[in-house]
Amino acid sequence: MKAFEWSNPTNITEAVKLLQTAAQGADPDEAPRPMAGGQDLLTTNKHYITRPTRIVNLKGIRGLDRIEGNAKRGLKIGALATLTQIEENEEVRRSFPGLAEAALSVATPQIRNLGTIGGNLCQRPRCWYYRLEDVICLKKGGSQCYAATGENKYNAILGGGPSFIVHPSDLAPILLALNASVAVTGPSGNRQIALEKFFTLPSEGNLRRENVLQNGEVITEIQVPSSRMAARSTYLKFKERSSLDFALSAVAAAVEVGTDGVVKQARIVLGGVAPVPWRAPEAEAFLTGKKLDANILAEAAKLALRGAQPLEKNAYKVPLTQTLVRRALAKVGNVATA
Amino acid sequence: MADEHDDKVARDIAPPSPGRRQFLKGVGIAGAGAAVADQLLLRPHEQAVAAEPPQTLSAATTEVTLQINNQKRKAMVEPRTTLLNAMRNHVEPPVTGPKLVCDQGTCGACTVLLDGKPVYSCLVLAVDAMNKPVTTVEGLGTPDKMNAVQAAFVEKDALMCGFCTPGFVTTISAYLKKNPNPSLDEVREACKGNFCRCGTYPKVFEAALAAAKGTGRNGARAELMNHREAAESEA
Repeated sequence: MKAFEWSNPTNITEAVKLLQTAAQGADPDEAPRPMAGGQDLLTTNKHYITRPTRIVNLKGIRGLDRIEGNAKRGLKIGALATLTQIEENEEVRRSFPGLAEAALSVATPQIRNLGTIGGNLCQRPRCWYYRLEDVICLKKGGSQCYAATGENKYNAILGGGPSFIVHPSDLAPILLALNASVAVTGPSGNRQIALEKFFTLPSEGNLRRENVLQNGEVITEIQVPSSRMAARSTYLKFKERSSLDFALSAVAAAVEVGTDGVVKQARIVLGGVAPVPWRAPEAEAFLTGKKLDANILAEAAKLALRGAQPLEKNAYKVPLTQTLVRRALAKVGNVATA
Repeated sequence: MADEHDDKVARDIAPPSPGRRQFLKGVGIAGAGAAVADQLLLRPHEQAVAAEPPQTLSAATTEVTLQINNQKRKAMVEPRTTLLNAMRNHVEPPVTGPKLVCDQGTCGACTVLLDGKPVYSCLVLAVDAMNKPVTTVEGLGTPDKMNAVQAAFVEKDALMCGFCTPGFVTTISAYLKKNPNPSLDEVREACKGNFCRCGTYPKVFEAALAAAKGTGRNGARAELMNHREAAESEA
């Protein structure tokens, strides 16, 4: 990896300043970077995908790893809370089960021991063209998305173009389903960003980023509001192997079901199939006011994938994701499936 | 040397500040005399050092003190040097239990305990590990006084080439502290971050359960035998 300066601030103001005062580099991937667990940043650094002039270590900032709250008040999760902390937290497991499942689904115990919730949301894409050091693809300032016509088994079927990456985060879909937002501190102060508005499509502008964070901005906290859907939330992730792997496809689902068995509200967010965690509003609207049964689940699954445009080698993701939508809804809706 | 591949190639020695690099180029073009150039070369460097904000290390080599297996070990490293590289190549005598294989946090051969928790030492910077206890397979026991997991690996012959073994032993030792009575499935789950390309998993899991048996239940071993018989009858 390329040499960098190493800073250890003890508060967030200092951290933001240290990000601003470092040489900014000629390329966006040379900009100074904050580091939490470092489990993604060090791999992109090792492949010279990111070449930050300075790394600002956030682990010395006290209190950034706290998990507070409960079902009634909602959760406040410090950006540096590790995935292990989240997965083992009793309140998260009890009241926000989908979030605990998503945290447990990430990588391996070793990575979950250091990897954080903030870092998980800010991971860079896993597209193998992007990860190959010698390939300068669209995401790295090149002129072409090689996945568009190349080996695109793992790439996007929704929202793709001109880049066809998929967003790698397992926590993003479930947090989006639970209406979470992030608190951000930067050079111009603090701001709150709903996750709904946090991730950006390649077609929306900046191809070099996957979210709206500006240079010098740091996520400090993830806020999950209390919700009648949280207790009935789940995250299903399909991988090629059961150990360390990213999702071929994943589904976060959450529902509120009345005592009469009618769905009051529903959330479906797809992972591993689009450059952002992909919400399925048509399917959500369809489910609202219905009693769940196998036919309704099948229809919702179809609607969730409406508009999918598979590339040459990833059409399998459409039926795979539909199946996951059905299974996830069956689980949160207590529907017996054949 | 393979161990150095996270510090590879000369292009990395460019100083962190592009200002200085441009300055050096400028001196070259101007063709200043050597003595003058020397003087000029020193100055921006000094300025850069003075301008460094507090709590910041330059990209250059510095001395760090690591706490490896309850010993203070000094190492000359750059901020980009991984803990794995520091242990294997920058302390004397080296600590070679953790193995370098994938160098990108996917194989588990470099697993160490940081603050008692298994982590990949190839995905930890040495400068980030200062003041935190690091335990490698060497710190878990010695050939004369092995810990339960090490002894069980020997007893159950839980290795073929042995390259993944330090990682497995470290991972399992930490896991049994957390869960002294694991089921087979729990052991498998705990080992998902360690790969064995010889495929010794059944023996590894058997050793883990045997090590746990000292403190725990006997059911897990029976479970493993049932699992094996089931696999054999399927075959």
